[in-house]
Amino acid sequence: MDAILDLFDNFWVSLGGKLLLVALMIPLIGMVIGFAEMKLSAKMQYRVGPYFAGGRWGWAQLIADGVKFFQKEDIIPTDADRPVFKAAPILVLVGTVALFVVIPFGPGLIFNDLDVGIFYALAISSLSTIGVLMAGWSSANKYSLMGGLRAAGQLIAYELPLVLAVVGSVILAGTMSMQGIVQAQIDAGYPYIVFQLVGFVIFMIAALAELTRIPFDMPIAESELVMGYVTEYSGFRFLFFFLAEFANMFTMSAIAVTLFLGGYWLPGVPQDVLEWAGPFILMGKVFLLVFAMIWFRWTFPRFREDQLQSLAWKILVPIAILNIIVTATLKVVF
Amino acid sequence: MSPYFESYLTVGAFAALGAVLVLAMLGVAAVLRPAKPSKTKNMTYECGVDPVGSGWSQTYVRYYVFGLLFVIFDVEAVFIFPWAIQAEQLGVFGLVAMILFMLTLLEGLAYAVKKGVLKWV
Repeated sequence: MDAILDLFDNFWVSLGGKLLLVALMIPLIGMVIGFAEMKLSAKMQYRVGPYFAGGRWGWAQLIADGVKFFQKEDIIPTDADRPVFKAAPILVLVGTVALFVVIPFGPGLIFNDLDVGIFYALAISSLSTIGVLMAGWSSANKYSLMGGLRAAGQLIAYELPLVLAVVGSVILAGTMSMQGIVQAQIDAGYPYIVFQLVGFVIFMIAALAELTRIPFDMPIAESELVMGYVTEYSGFRFLFFFLAEFANMFTMSAIAVTLFLGGYWLPGVPQDVLEWAGPFILMGKVFLLVFAMIWFRWTFPRFREDQLQSLAWKILVPIAILNIIVTATLKVVF
Repeated sequence: MSPYFESYLTVGAFAALGAVLVLAMLGVAAVLRPAKPSKTKNMTYECGVDPVGSGWSQTYVRYYVFGLLFVIFDVEAVFIFPWAIQAEQLGVFGLVAMILFMLTLLEGLAYAVKKGVLKWV
């Protein structure tokens, strides 16, 4: 056993292990969140949802869907810009996977604790939007084009509140490393949401917009744009957009948990328990936020495009800047 | 290997994994899936009837000015981070300087609103 553990001291071996872990984690997370969405939406609409696959509760529904996608024909429209059309899902998934690098699952349990952790996460999270814009443009379809342009407009509007909402926690923690931010909350003895409620709310609104989830799902908007930027995609390429959406729900929630809700830490839990309970505490908090996202989806109507822009520019950005000023003043003066 | 270099390698490997995942799964699916392209099947979708004109139709990008503003504001938001880490050490001087900076930002936003460029056209 020790010999095997020693093997992981080698950088390349541990890197291989990390890659394998993440490659297994992403489909698993996609399935769990996808199934949760199906079942919860059914509950909220007084339906049963998936029922037959796998015997009970339709637990195997998502596995069956995955197998189905393996057999789907890969259709690329004649008019489409083929290289860009093929590259778009790759870029979307690259952004998704790269985001997992900086999520702290427990003390010392992080793929790589970058010094610029949160800044890296914000930069990488907008990579997917470029993939979405490429998908929309290359499809040579009017609906896709509209969807892609709307996605870009959404990124422009909500990147700023997202970045500014984070600054409050960075000021309090005095570091951008994700582990450092959690550790600072442990040392302080309270999660930052106590003083950063405004930051947390802005972050979650902006994260919903970045994820293009209802009430900000204009790039897909089934009732207006067929399926938005994924209209022309089929088979596995289609699946990757959804896998990326579900995995991004997880990572965005994990970032919000780390910054505002104390990450893998709960007040009163001693350090040696955190060593093994950390991932479970983090998962619990993350799935609480994911539940909220699914809940919103079945509660709110879609915003209009101009409402989306004015909410970001006229309300969220000024509030976020005032939040930074107040936080910094309190931090420096007291 | 220095930790600095290892961080870069990890990030690079994770990004590469994203691409490999897509290509590998598409490769596996290529063995299993049918491939019977036809002229109608590969046609662009447009509500079920033949598409009219090109898919790359002229589109009015309504958030053009928003885009310009975004570039300015996003670049300036980056300046806040180095100070945010050192906020306590830089003390009152840094705080006052940064508040002035952020108020200038807000003033720019207020000017844009007053000018009417943040109106959806």
